[in-house]
Amino acid sequence: MEKVLTTHFANERYRRMDTYRQYGGYEALKKAFAMTPEAIIDEVKKANLRGRGGAGFPAGVKWGFLPKDLSRPRVLVINADEGEPGTFKDRVIMTRGPHLLVEGIVISCFALRAHASWIYIRGEFIREARIVDEAIAEAYAAGFLGKNILGSGFDLDVTVHRGAGAYICGEETSLINSLEGKRGWPRLKPPFPASVGAFGLPTIVNNVETIADIPWIVTHGGETFAALGVEKNGGTRLIGVSGAVNRPGVYEFSAGVNLKDIIYNHAGGIKDGKALKAVIPGGSSTPVLRPDEIDVSYDIESMAKIGTMAGSGGVIVIPEGTCMVRALSVLMNFYAHESCGQCTPCREGTGWLKKIVGRIEAGKGREGDVELILDLCDNMMGRTICPLADAAVMPAQSFIWKFREEFDRHIGEQKCPYGNRF
Amino acid sequence: MSVAFSETGRAEFERLLTRYPDGKAVILPALHLAQKEFGYVSDEAIVYIAGLVGTSPAEIEGIATFYTMYNRKPVGKYHVQICRNISCSLLGAEHLIEHVSKKLGVRPGETTPDGKFTLAKVECLGSCGTAPVMQVNDEYHENLTVESIDRILDNLP
Repeated sequence: MEKVLTTHFANERYRRMDTYRQYGGYEALKKAFAMTPEAIIDEVKKANLRGRGGAGFPAGVKWGFLPKDLSRPRVLVINADEGEPGTFKDRVIMTRGPHLLVEGIVISCFALRAHASWIYIRGEFIREARIVDEAIAEAYAAGFLGKNILGSGFDLDVTVHRGAGAYICGEETSLINSLEGKRGWPRLKPPFPASVGAFGLPTIVNNVETIADIPWIVTHGGETFAALGVEKNGGTRLIGVSGAVNRPGVYEFSAGVNLKDIIYNHAGGIKDGKALKAVIPGGSSTPVLRPDEIDVSYDIESMAKIGTMAGSGGVIVIPEGTCMVRALSVLMNFYAHESCGQCTPCREGTGWLKKIVGRIEAGKGREGDVELILDLCDNMMGRTICPLADAAVMPAQSFIWKFREEFDRHIGEQKCPYGNRF
Repeated sequence: MSVAFSETGRAEFERLLTRYPDGKAVILPALHLAQKEFGYVSDEAIVYIAGLVGTSPAEIEGIATFYTMYNRKPVGKYHVQICRNISCSLLGAEHLIEHVSKKLGVRPGETTPDGKFTLAKVECLGSCGTAPVMQVNDEYHENLTVESIDRILDNLP
């Protein structure tokens, strides 16, 4: 299958400018400069490129939200906060092919008429930030960044901005606040970032993978990219497979790859010859699937049809013998820890979910606790500024709906049948 | 006692100021710089950064305590941060945390009496395909086992 991003990722030198250019790097930029910004945006729309950060919003449509008048400078912010548990693909792009991102940024900024861009990289990715910084320095030295790039008259500055440990900053308005030097509290919308974003300027926030796809789209055309995927889901996706599989890692597949095939064929099946118990298909926030549900195309619409999401492309594989109450408890600890505390339903709700799921796992669950969790979920879902509350609710509800008997058994027996550990 | 960036730290701070349209955007990078230069984000460092940026220490403190990576208290020479999230847990992270806790004689959040190690349980480090994972200061260590974690910790000078 044709690959968009990972073809040369095995080559350690590919992260360097000279090797990247040997493989045709920055030729797409030259082509882009010969096009009009509108023509580039048109190709991105034709590509059916869906945002790779988790929400899956069409990138070309998002770009179209910038105001038409150019009186205020606009900016592009790259979301490299990669914090959704189970997701580790952008890290691979940044370490293996940082110039794909840099070239994508230059082309995108030219198309958006933006002259400043920041790459917001999660704080823990210190090595990754260093590699991206080196790529930016190489691009400045080669004249692909800075003033009058390749004699086009187009100026662009790109800066790495490191986060400091906060899952919430992956949410775009929280990320913008964090970039501005504030606590990462999500903003009420409207105004949307496209009209009032970073530093009060019209702002587009895109995921690393989304922007890294742009050079290929310019080189080969939007329709060619679209044809690599399925209807409404153009191109390829980087999918990270983790948990109990024989070959965990990041794979590049057509956006319409089959989920069962990912796990059993590409990732080598379940570790230690065990049976499959459950799959969290698109990062920890996405509703869990039972083994009989995974024979499905991984595109956004097909996943939505079965009540879950492809999300950020993080497939977490849970083997037979795992206590699902304990697994949910791990996730509820996470969301309670990461709630920013701004909205009451989330701040209190995630804390209660952690507490109740934790006591069920500890053998102290009470009659009615499961109903209490579901009631809490109803009072959190859709009632907050950002989707973090929803992100906690989706696993809580789906674990209960699909593995209810395990919760009841914990409460009935007043102990964890699996012995309180994984 | 007041603190101040070194000459190179100050130069880095000045360079950062040129990269944003608003001076307050340097607060996060300045806190990273303070932690690197002073070992942790002390009360004095907060007052110092507030002065440099031109805001109140309360605002800087509110930011510093929002993010988990800024240490408001000193940590050991090696900050051993083991991921406890789902993919790592499925592959034995709980057991590894218990093992390191016993080995170092400290609970998560504590520092060994000689000041060499601080143990911490952390949330997803974004390296789930090579779980279990830990971060020791700036470095990731992946595909951990009891044996490899022993070897890594024993070899730290």
